[in-house]
Amino acid sequence: MSCHTTGTATLLEERLPKNAPPRGRFRTVALIGPPNSGKSTLFNRLTGLRQKVANYPGVTVEQHSGRMSGIHRNDLTLIDLPGIYSLSAYSEDARVAVDVLKGQMPGTPRPDAVLVVLDALNLSRQLMLAGPILALGLPTMVLLNMADLMESRGGVVDPLALAQELGRPVALISAAKGTGMDAIERFLNQQSGHHGEAKPALPVLPVQLPVLQNPGECRRWAAQVSSRTKYKAPASPLWTRRLDSVLLHRVWGPLIFLAVVITTFQVVFTIGQPVSDWMGDALTVLGERLAQHIPIPWLQALLQDGIWHGVQAVLVFLPQILLLFLFIGVLEDSGYLARAALIADRLMRSIGLNGKAFIPLLSAYACAVPAIMATRTIENKRDRLATILVAPFMTCSARLPIYTLIITAFIPNRPVLGSLIGLRACVMLSLYVLGFAAALATARLLKSSVLKASSAPFVLELPQYRWPTVRSLGLRLYDRSSLFLKKAGTVILGVSFVLWVLSILPIHGGHLSELTNSVIGRVGHWVEPVLRPLGFNWKIGIGLLSSIIAREVIVGTLGTLYGVDPHTQSLTLQAALRHDMTIGGAIALVVFFAFAMQCTSTLAVVRRETNSIKWPIIQFCYMSSLAYVAALITNQVLSRLL
Amino acid sequence: MALSEIPVGASAVVASLDLPGEVGDHLMHLGFLPDASIAVLRRAPAGDPTVYRIEGAEIALRRETACHIQVRPRSIAEAQVPA
Repeated sequence: MSCHTTGTATLLEERLPKNAPPRGRFRTVALIGPPNSGKSTLFNRLTGLRQKVANYPGVTVEQHSGRMSGIHRNDLTLIDLPGIYSLSAYSEDARVAVDVLKGQMPGTPRPDAVLVVLDALNLSRQLMLAGPILALGLPTMVLLNMADLMESRGGVVDPLALAQELGRPVALISAAKGTGMDAIERFLNQQSGHHGEAKPALPVLPVQLPVLQNPGECRRWAAQVSSRTKYKAPASPLWTRRLDSVLLHRVWGPLIFLAVVITTFQVVFTIGQPVSDWMGDALTVLGERLAQHIPIPWLQALLQDGIWHGVQAVLVFLPQILLLFLFIGVLEDSGYLARAALIADRLMRSIGLNGKAFIPLLSAYACAVPAIMATRTIENKRDRLATILVAPFMTCSARLPIYTLIITAFIPNRPVLGSLIGLRACVMLSLYVLGFAAALATARLLKSSVLKASSAPFVLELPQYRWPTVRSLGLRLYDRSSLFLKKAGTVILGVSFVLWVLSILPIHGGHLSELTNSVIGRVGHWVEPVLRPLGFNWKIGIGLLSSIIAREVIVGTLGTLYGVDPHTQSLTLQAALRHDMTIGGAIALVVFFAFAMQCTSTLAVVRRETNSIKWPIIQFCYMSSLAYVAALITNQVLSRLL
Repeated sequence: MALSEIPVGASAVVASLDLPGEVGDHLMHLGFLPDASIAVLRRAPAGDPTVYRIEGAEIALRRETACHIQVRPRSIAEAQVPA
């Protein structure tokens, strides 16, 4: 698939330095296309890099780039531009795209070539975007994606006629199946004079192109081009309509939506929990085996108590986090998530947001960082700011470790409502609802005070339903787990190590400190009076302080602290917590985590996206005070009731 | 007649958009242009927004937006081409 001419001659030629043409100059390729054109899938295909693939219009708001290793051109960088409908600067996405294409984006070189991806199923409308891009005059190739689907549904397109009409090369491709990639490779080789094809760049034919900013002209031009090239749109898929008549049904629609959400959480617990338990046991045994081979006692203590315990405590949550991401991935890639936005719009409007905020808020269930980035698709500035400020209330995956720890330690696994749902899953679901309610109330508060504005028009494209591909789901899970493991391997490892050191210092006459007399013990005891009414002891206090970096750090911290304490050393972390906390304090702890802003990465993203230091500070103070008050009330009420 | 008044299952032709510059421009790029055929597919479970089929794509708009899009009935010639 790489070389058109094979044999040793070409290989030698490749190795020899060539004086002409200047290859060093040709470095950057931009990828652009409307939402749902399969642009992200193609980006993954060409770069082999991981990137989100979703059906929701405009999920690609970050500018992603990667080496084009998918077609053996590691010397070229592919920039993935946001999915947009037009180059008119209606949204920030479009402004970003225009700036990059014109070479006006600081830090990004002007692209040397452009790949325009269009959905072949709906060509006449998609050409409206291609026109203004071609008018920019960069070397451009037009890719008609989902060509296989179009043909199988009876659509017809003549790529040669279209190439003549546009004055640029046109190729039929299928990003999902990987067909047509050789055409892209040939185009780039020709443009860069690679592989000895030192032909000058294809002459750009003078073609009458529509005025950049005029949609009427664009439309007329697109219609003329598609009729002159005898484009026949494929029959509209009956499946999407039939599915929608059920999934968007007045009664069934909301019920199915609710069922989908509940099933997700139930599966994450009934399948994820046993796998996590098994992994925890395996890691403990492995840690003990490895520790036997370390002859020096203090080094053994450092590695086993200081590091292994802390990291292990976080690692065991990987199965559940992966399961949750798998569910969100299937919903996003299949196209259901856009329907969810449609169903949710009425609810979102009642709190002053729109259905589009629902998608970022739903992604915030995985992680607030990408969710806050995804708010760029919300055109209205004030709606966007409100969404950014409420997103960290949604129950992100970093809260799962402490939630699961406390729930499995303190809540018996009794069936509720017959045997429909377990008590543990029920408590977990309530924590999710709690975060969501806090987000709703905060949004309402913001929109009725500082962020009052006329509501932005809600425009949502419903993509056709598609089967999520194993490849795209796999890339997504790989991406998430490597991010999570990287965190476990760096931040959490470092925090565990520092805590262990602080828990044995200062050294008196060659003896290590007892935990309560150590540096960490003193800090913990110092903050304890403030936390006592919440039902937290000084160890939890240390956990809270350490988790300001990231929420999941608390589990590692508690693992380390209880691991070095001689009273609880022999116990599992769950048993140690039961020994040390009341149920009121335990529930207060998870309630605290439902509201608190324990994540420096989120604060950094909010700072970047709002371009002000004011908003992250307000957000941190607001969420922390809310968390304190809610935990206080929870502990005081529960300790009187139970 | 406003687009929001067209019942589900019926179709019409866009006459004009009386929406402020950027919003109107965005909708036009999505295909809401004079003379474009538009079909009303379904309403969301809560009754609003409504899903429209225009230029082969399915796009949902709220009533507050759709009421600013003026439509006219399709002529007999136009009615022979599906929306």
